[in-house]
Amino acid sequence: MKYRTELVGVGFATFLALLGAAFARDALFQAHMWVLFFVLLGGTVLLLRQTRWGAAAAEPVQSEAAYMDGPIRYGAIATLFWGIAGFLVGVIIALQLAFPDLNIEPWFNFGRMRPLHTSAVIFAFGGNALIATSFYVVQRTSRARLFGGDLAWFVFWGYQLFIVMAATGYLLGITQSREYAEPEWYVDLWLTLVWVAYLVVFLGTIFKRKEPHIYVANWFYLSFIVTIAMLHVVNNLAVPVSFLGFKSYSAFSGVQDALTQWWYGHNAVGFFLTAGFLGMMYYFVPKQAERPIYSYRLSIVHFWALIFLYIWAGPHHLHYTALPDWAQTLGMVFSIMLWMPSWGGMINGLMTLSGAWDKLRTDPIIRMMVLAIAFYGMSTFEGPMMSIKAVNSLSHYTDWTIGHVHSGALGWVGMISFGAVYYLVPKLWHRERLYSLRLVTWHFWLATLGIVVYAAVMWVSGIQQGLMWREYDDQGFLVYSFAETVQAMFPYYVVRAIGGLLYLIGALVMVWNVAMTILGHQRQEEPIGGAKPSSQSGLQPAE
Amino acid sequence: MDYNTMREFADSWALLAMFVFFVGVVLFAFRPGSKKQADEAARIPLKDE
Repeated sequence: MKYRTELVGVGFATFLALLGAAFARDALFQAHMWVLFFVLLGGTVLLLRQTRWGAAAAEPVQSEAAYMDGPIRYGAIATLFWGIAGFLVGVIIALQLAFPDLNIEPWFNFGRMRPLHTSAVIFAFGGNALIATSFYVVQRTSRARLFGGDLAWFVFWGYQLFIVMAATGYLLGITQSREYAEPEWYVDLWLTLVWVAYLVVFLGTIFKRKEPHIYVANWFYLSFIVTIAMLHVVNNLAVPVSFLGFKSYSAFSGVQDALTQWWYGHNAVGFFLTAGFLGMMYYFVPKQAERPIYSYRLSIVHFWALIFLYIWAGPHHLHYTALPDWAQTLGMVFSIMLWMPSWGGMINGLMTLSGAWDKLRTDPIIRMMVLAIAFYGMSTFEGPMMSIKAVNSLSHYTDWTIGHVHSGALGWVGMISFGAVYYLVPKLWHRERLYSLRLVTWHFWLATLGIVVYAAVMWVSGIQQGLMWREYDDQGFLVYSFAETVQAMFPYYVVRAIGGLLYLIGALVMVWNVAMTILGHQRQEEPIGGAKPSSQSGLQPAE
Repeated sequence: MDYNTMREFADSWALLAMFVFFVGVVLFAFRPGSKKQADEAARIPLKDE
């Protein structure tokens, strides 16, 4: 019988969720356990429908020679699904800031929707992109099938369950209020289990590789997996009030707690949103450009510089707070040194195209990847600059920070993921090419315009905000009340929502393109950059 | 081991060890003769499919 262990496991977990709902100590935990119960019940029913009841011997034996692409196909689709969800919630909360009447209490007000947006785009969209591409890359560069059999499926579905539990928890009002780590203790424990399984699959595949050298993309992916495991466990050390209640208290207090949170928070940026996606860059840019990386030795220096420096940069989120001065300065100095891996990575990615720059004109996927690398360079230049205390005194707590994060997230993380998915989809579904390259160009320009509008508007509003907050009159009084600075932001918030909307529309174009590719359609269209000169017509003599 | 011991260890020996490791990595990456190996490694993704 197929899926016996899986069925017993999911069925048992469904029963446990029911017990959790029955004996819950508080209403929120009860509601959350009902959510879990119905999700798992759905999973059990789906598994039952998949199960064949024949004898075990009748099952076809999976070939060890073939790559395991099932979880990657699901992962590519999940990436797009959660991407749309995350971008949509982003547009909604941008509108909520401009038009406060859109806050629908209690479930859909800004305070609950904002973590829904950040978690959806970082962990659901970015996380699925990372898991799917890492499984793809580690198999191809190791020349080995994924280790652990169906464990990769557990990683995929377990991670989706984490996303659903985190998202529904936020809307219910369950949060431990740690930035980018809002899920409460029981969801954290579940993610730990899934993450360890992910590490086992990834490391196991590297151990049984047939290629003697471990390609540099795998170094970046592995550092992302290991570091996130460490950050997640330490940042979420907490004591639950009850094992059948949602509330827990952090193991740290005061400034130690703040520093732990930002040690986690900044390295979530450094190792989730940077190292992981650099792994993506080091595989998919050479593949799409059909050229090896510009300098493999530079990539090694890039890797170690990133590893050694990023982990110390967190204190720059706590400038001018109760954190000791030396720790603030340490965070600032290490942030500035991050220019080293930033430029190393950017040069390495861009120079891979040297001698093939014409592809920028004819291949919109390469264009997307190059834009991603350019935004990697720009946002990792801006970040260290903003960590300088004098700059930070103007930029901190303003929209400038939001603009900075989005130039990195929309520009770097989003565009490199889109590029990777565009590369992957025809390969995974064995299609000759994408449904339409012209639609990729549309996506490229919609997204680029969206990012530029978003970032530019947030620079203006952020700097204006910072200047208004610190404006004193000759008597030493503040010139503006806080409410006046909020009112001054209104036009910028409206334009920001438009920028986000453009990005969302671009992603919807991508969904259409990818869906048509998966269904096996090919759009008849002129090749980009004009028709290729064929050997005869190019050599025809002039008449 | 109290805070001060750990702090002193962190900004002396541990700092030195990490710095030496990093310099070692850079020297190792650019050692004579590494270019051929690096170029081979860079071709790993392109050998496939």
